[in-house]
Amino acid sequence: MCLVLGGKRIKSRLFVGTGKLPNYELIKDIIKEADIDVVTVAVRRVSKDSTRENILDYIPKDTIIMVNTSGARDHKEAIKIALIGRELTNSNWVKVEIEADTKYLLPDNEETIKACQVLVKEGFKVFPYISPDLIVSKKLEDIGVCAVMPLGAPIGTNKGLVAKELLKTIINEVKIPVIVDAGIGRPSHAAEAMELGAEACLINTAIATAKDPINMAKAFKMAIDAGRRAYEIGILKEKEYADASSPLTGFLRGV
Amino acid sequence: MNLDEFVNLYEKHKKRPSKKDAIDILTKDEITEVDYIKLLNCYDLDVLEVAARKAKDITERYFGKNIFLYAPLYISNFCSSGCIYCGYSCFNKIKRKRLNINEIEDEMKALKKKGFQTILILTGEDNTKEGFNHLKDAVRFARRYFSEVLIETSPLTLEGYMELVNEGLTGVTLYQETYDLDTYKKVHLLGKKRDFKARLCAIERAIEAGVREVNIGCLLGLCSDYLKDVFLLSMHAMYLLKKYSKVELSISFPRIRPFKGMKFNYTEVSDLELVKFIVYTRLFLKSVGINISTRERSDLRDNLIGLGVTKMSAESKTSVGGYSKEGHSFEQFEVSDKRSLDEIIKVIRSKGYNAEFTNWVMI
Repeated sequence: MCLVLGGKRIKSRLFVGTGKLPNYELIKDIIKEADIDVVTVAVRRVSKDSTRENILDYIPKDTIIMVNTSGARDHKEAIKIALIGRELTNSNWVKVEIEADTKYLLPDNEETIKACQVLVKEGFKVFPYISPDLIVSKKLEDIGVCAVMPLGAPIGTNKGLVAKELLKTIINEVKIPVIVDAGIGRPSHAAEAMELGAEACLINTAIATAKDPINMAKAFKMAIDAGRRAYEIGILKEKEYADASSPLTGFLRGV
Repeated sequence: MNLDEFVNLYEKHKKRPSKKDAIDILTKDEITEVDYIKLLNCYDLDVLEVAARKAKDITERYFGKNIFLYAPLYISNFCSSGCIYCGYSCFNKIKRKRLNINEIEDEMKALKKKGFQTILILTGEDNTKEGFNHLKDAVRFARRYFSEVLIETSPLTLEGYMELVNEGLTGVTLYQETYDLDTYKKVHLLGKKRDFKARLCAIERAIEAGVREVNIGCLLGLCSDYLKDVFLLSMHAMYLLKKYSKVELSISFPRIRPFKGMKFNYTEVSDLELVKFIVYTRLFLKSVGINISTRERSDLRDNLIGLGVTKMSAESKTSVGGYSKEGHSFEQFEVSDKRSLDEIIKVIRSKGYNAEFTNWVMI
């Protein structure tokens, strides 16, 4: 099934960050080779008037740009950055990222809620990056954000779904899409998130710092597609006892 | 910050570790203060190689494959302090110059044309009202041209920093020079800079005034026990990180460079020592930026890309008015890496990294 987000049909459930890549040329290749629909772009990396290269020149016109407020320390800065980002990119998709801790790079959920309240009213399609918290997710759903983006593990740690139980509560209880953002280090982590019922994954470090970012993006794409397909079919439950593929008592039911 | 406590900790553990002890430390996710002291005292090249690989991974995790480039801009060499290691010292009989606002704008235009988006404005230790107003004008102008505007000047009052933040200041660089009190007294002979504690506390005023980025450092070679200096610098950084979790913090390990008329015997710090400091500090302070300036040789700077360094100055002039008018005045120190910005970008790319010009948007 196709994912609908912010009023747009999204074919690829792999969203890609652009902040840590070794060069901008790779962005174009990753988008093409891994068939990406949505990329995040940190506003602080977009040049207004640089004599040097501009990251936006490497993003194909039909790709959806989700501007990212990274670097914001509070809701006021995030709102200003989002407004500048919209002006620079003509995109009203915004990932609200407010980090109040430069050591662990954890998002400030309280400030994020405040920023989302304003940005939804300003007409943005809002995608808040949060620490996985069900109550915060419900508050954001009530505000009118398009999706919530809880972290699987702290940014860049590649540790996978260390917050799995908390992610499950959000996926089970909120009606808006859940996009797992941050901490995913391997394709299998992404597949696991999709099998849980996440609607998409946003990957940056694991692709950008890979030896071969293009092929790693493709690997993530395959894992995400596999996880989603399995979720839609229905994942079988784990059992503590063997379950023969040919029923042992089938004869009693005329099998 | 209780410096004595950290000095005692350093003195207690400053012996060379066995290779096995050092390797055991490298297997940890988080290393302690004592582990860090042991690593600083380790000279085993095999251990350093293992650590360098880990440092590379950590740096990429936090900063991506990026090297941020900036340019220093010296706007005045008036100085009321007598620091025996500095070319701008009031004891040094050199031509003093304060760029007027038109000259400052010419310099900024020249840097902007090259592609810089981050500027570090420097002055001597000028504590006059005239000097502050001059700095304030420069910050106001810089905001028109650059995304990030940092200063490296004498410490200001909280109100002074706040005034500059309102004009567009985004960051402050302030080096303690040395964390060894005895050495500090010996090398700072005159002026407000003689007050060790006042300087140590000043960076917190900048943070409280609202700058988003601070850079601290010590001048390697001032104190003969430079390992202790590096350890105490990192303790200072750790203290700031814990107290001000929102601020972006970076550190520098500048080594003393000669200047014209220098009459000062300093301790040589080898390339190996510098690499050790960068690599082991990266393991200890994972999220902290590490800055390397053009005072280091080009071949060394090239090899440091990927080992933990996140910021570099490029095509720097350390004379007042050096960008728009070649050889305008006396240099604060002799630049080692004299390559053009384009040459440096080419090297960064060849190493598999992206040359970035800003990490902030002026809001």
